[in-house]
Amino acid sequence: MTKNLRVKSSKLVDETYRISFKFNGTTYYGFKGDTLASALLANNIHLVGRSFKYHRPRGIMTAGSEEPNAIVQLHNGTSRTEPNVRATEIEIYEGLVATSQNCWPSVKFDIGGINNFLSPLLPAGFYYKTFMWPASFWEKYEYFIRKSAGLGKSPDVPDPDIYEHKYIHCDVLVIGAGISGIIAAKTAAKNGFKTLLVEEKSYLGGSTIYQYSEFFKINNQNSASWLEKEINEIKKIENLEIKTRTSVAAFHGYNFLLARENLTDHLPLEQRENKTRQRLLKIRAKKVITATGSIERPLIFDNNDRPGILLSSAIKKYADLFGVACGEKNILFTNNDSVYETAISLIQKGIKVQAIIDNREEIDSKLIKETEKNNIKIYKGYTIVDTFGYKRINSVSIMKLSKDGQKVIGSKENISCDSLGISGGWTPAVHLFTQSGGKLKFRDDDQVFIPNTYPSNQISIGSCNGDFTLDEILINTPKLLKEFLNIKKTEYENIEIYSAFNKSKRNIWLLPSNKIVGKTKSFVDFQNDATAKDIKLALREGFRSIEHVKRYTTTGMGTDQGKLGNMHALGIISETASSKMGELGTTTFRPPYTPLTFGTIVGRNVGKYFDIIRKTPIHEWHVENKAEFENVGQWKRAWYYPQNDENMHEAVQRESKAARDSAGILDASTLGKIDIQGTDASEFLNRVYTNAWSKLEIGKCRYGLMLNEDGMVYDDGVTTRLDENHYIMTTTTGGAATVLGKLEDYLQTEWPELDVYLTSVTDHYATISVCGPNSKKIIQKVIPEIDLSDKDFPHMSFKNSKIGKVKCRVMRISFTGEQSYEINIQANYAKSVWENCMEAGKEFNITPYGTETMHLLRAEKGFIIAGQDTDATMTPIDLQMDWIVSKKKFDFIGKRSLYRSDTIREDRKQLVGLITDNPEEILEEGAQIVADMNKTPIEMLGHVTSSYFSPNLKKSIALGVVKGGKNMMGQKLIIPMEKKQINVTVTDPVFLDKENKRLNA
Amino acid sequence: MFLINCPFCGEREQSEFKAGGEAHIVRPKQPTELSDDQWAEYLFMRKNIKGIQFERWNHIHGCRKWFNMVRDTSNDEIKAVYKMGEKPPVK
Repeated sequence: MTKNLRVKSSKLVDETYRISFKFNGTTYYGFKGDTLASALLANNIHLVGRSFKYHRPRGIMTAGSEEPNAIVQLHNGTSRTEPNVRATEIEIYEGLVATSQNCWPSVKFDIGGINNFLSPLLPAGFYYKTFMWPASFWEKYEYFIRKSAGLGKSPDVPDPDIYEHKYIHCDVLVIGAGISGIIAAKTAAKNGFKTLLVEEKSYLGGSTIYQYSEFFKINNQNSASWLEKEINEIKKIENLEIKTRTSVAAFHGYNFLLARENLTDHLPLEQRENKTRQRLLKIRAKKVITATGSIERPLIFDNNDRPGILLSSAIKKYADLFGVACGEKNILFTNNDSVYETAISLIQKGIKVQAIIDNREEIDSKLIKETEKNNIKIYKGYTIVDTFGYKRINSVSIMKLSKDGQKVIGSKENISCDSLGISGGWTPAVHLFTQSGGKLKFRDDDQVFIPNTYPSNQISIGSCNGDFTLDEILINTPKLLKEFLNIKKTEYENIEIYSAFNKSKRNIWLLPSNKIVGKTKSFVDFQNDATAKDIKLALREGFRSIEHVKRYTTTGMGTDQGKLGNMHALGIISETASSKMGELGTTTFRPPYTPLTFGTIVGRNVGKYFDIIRKTPIHEWHVENKAEFENVGQWKRAWYYPQNDENMHEAVQRESKAARDSAGILDASTLGKIDIQGTDASEFLNRVYTNAWSKLEIGKCRYGLMLNEDGMVYDDGVTTRLDENHYIMTTTTGGAATVLGKLEDYLQTEWPELDVYLTSVTDHYATISVCGPNSKKIIQKVIPEIDLSDKDFPHMSFKNSKIGKVKCRVMRISFTGEQSYEINIQANYAKSVWENCMEAGKEFNITPYGTETMHLLRAEKGFIIAGQDTDATMTPIDLQMDWIVSKKKFDFIGKRSLYRSDTIREDRKQLVGLITDNPEEILEEGAQIVADMNKTPIEMLGHVTSSYFSPNLKKSIALGVVKGGKNMMGQKLIIPMEKKQINVTVTDPVFLDKENKRLNA
Repeated sequence: MFLINCPFCGEREQSEFKAGGEAHIVRPKQPTELSDDQWAEYLFMRKNIKGIQFERWNHIHGCRKWFNMVRDTSNDEIKAVYKMGEKPPVK
């Protein structure tokens, strides 16, 4: 089978540099400059993969990023494996290993190929229709569907490569380095604009760079030679940066674009170590010039998907640029002049053109005349009705088209071939333009969508703007540039252009056949196996919107997003439903233009750099003392400190007992701290908390509850009056940033007249909380000069003091219900003060405890945790905290909402305590609470919000929210679990020391 | 992604900002005198129009100042930015 189909050395391929690579286990050779596709074609390999649904053999179809079929897995089974790589884009390197996808056991013999024969049973919407019933079977179906879904295999080991992100700012961004992009970049840069030119391929010049034909001339030279000189010139311009192998993925509003720059994918693996593989460029451009070119359209006829069928432009490119013949007996099939450019190139290189089938009748075209001079048979007014050959095309059947193009007439004729080039004209690549919010218009003459209105400072030029021929590009581009860049003149004013291209085209979206549509397989979306028949079926079944037809038939939903066939899908819908193309519109083009790797998207934000990690100044001590940590927002908080072989439960039981029996110590540094100053500070607190603050004495602390304007509890914490106009507010750990934001919002927007200044000091002060009956003695040892007598320093008060020479603030406040002191000290002294406390507390068995014990201790006391026992539906009344809501205050945030008809309902969910009948039974947080198991449907009354085994009470305790719970004290309820029902009794949420004896002891 | 001209700092990336909903909704001076319906009007009802919309924005990762923006929601064009308390420069 293997043959050498190299025809002539070309400038892109370096024939002195041979490269070996493996495809499906066999070693092949190519040259430096080859893509995997060109190297395979040179080895006469067309069959590359199997189609998604029917597992039909598929070959290379294109020579660019629009490729639907030739997608392969690279380096399968290694850490560098990558699925769904387009063989037409990957440049070969020594050691490249590629395998076919979606086939088993091999691409040549694929068991799934049976689907092709079962295809009458697999219509559009097959999955939706078949796997609907019985509903209980879904889990069984899912296993098989998941197995057959997807094409390549995703890697299952970490990616060894490095990726990064880079911001780029420029005056002008030019996307695409074809002839119009080169002209634009040169014009912009020479007029003083800082310009960036990006090109997805490894070389500049687009399709003009290999247009050596005498039929396309600029200033009397062939267009390739003219463009080469331009390229050499732009490489010397200083304020022009050129990036090749860089593909723009997304074009967002305000000229913000994302591009992927490929740095190492063309290098042998051993040369990639310690290099950045890909860079995500975040480009902000003052002006954007889109010159993304156009994509050749296929033609839609029966069996138009066989290996060996390529776009005509791809055959030309492989011959001209890579020096590769796609076959030895080529047939070309067209509705426009493009294939004659291909034919002339092939003739020049000595590649045989068997015949040309042209939809059009007699056309006056110089290109056709030149082709005919070479004795090539042209079938004018003909169409292909079928093709043959399973793993490679071997012949086509042709028939004469009727005058109106609606049917075929006469008799069939067969022509043999080993390659077929098809051209249905060109589709402007408007993907990026529409992503940016641009609106298209439909040009009836040649049936294309072109840019109409621009949402930002940008233009489209060249063939992506509908200028397909050399003369149109060279006349229109300078005009557009002059206006867009606001310049008087370009270098391209008096240029002489010769283009032999005749623009006439006979557009037939679905070519007629001698068979009925239902009996044909005319592929519209090659990757997803959507045929013209599927689209017609969808229309018959009532789908009208193009977006619905797309999803039902999966047209355009592959990794190529239907770059080839979407227009035909629209055309077939338009014809079948008799609606106008322009009114039908297109489906939405979404980023990325071509698939991006996850690595590129995340850049360096992986592993420990995934998110910010906040550590308290005492963190190292916790690590040294073997704490387990829990994440609270971005904070790492000590969770519990297991000793010996203790599990969490055992450690927490020990810690909480010690805290109540003698002394416990907690690192509370993560609590949010906001410094509040100004002459209106008291008034401000009055307005943001539910309780009154004006009368709080200097040196006293008060607990406050903060509501949203809708009356729901938002955050809580203790605020201390440090001075007449100076407070320090504490917030929950997770709420710190949002509370500050909310307070700032009110200050700046609602109450700008208030003289109040807010400063976040969370990171500036560390907070060490010592609690328990012996806490006073320990604090006294650490701060000998402070008077801790209950009379002088009662619960809820504050004192300034010093430890050595360092100022500190001591608050007597408690979240555990024990006598408790909090030392607030400048963060950099915190660890040593903590160690002082540990040393001083040694004789009292001072026990460090973590967040879990903290939660248990506060639950014993019935203290809520905002965010755990509350969600955004709990008012203070629901929490049985009526005592904290001032009746006297004229207003505070959320006050009016507390007596809306909904918030005064008696049957709202209210916070209660829950005691299990079996004191050993610990409830699951989140478990549902019901009263009557026999009622159907069972009424859900609420759920458990906090649950622990209390070592101090020697029983299980829980908090929960229950509808109308306030009036259910003593009532029995049920917690239904998967395998049992747990009986509980509703109680007051305070389980321990209701009289606050311990606090004031 | 927008490029927003913060009235205090100048042009910055949208990622530095936080959107804060409809602008020029004044908190009632005497909420207690409002009916449930009137309070609900203030609390919940937002226009969410397609077209010219007045919005609040906060330069949260910058100067932390709140300001107002006039934006055409149909094409995301920012017509103007202005400080809190100022009258909108466009109608």
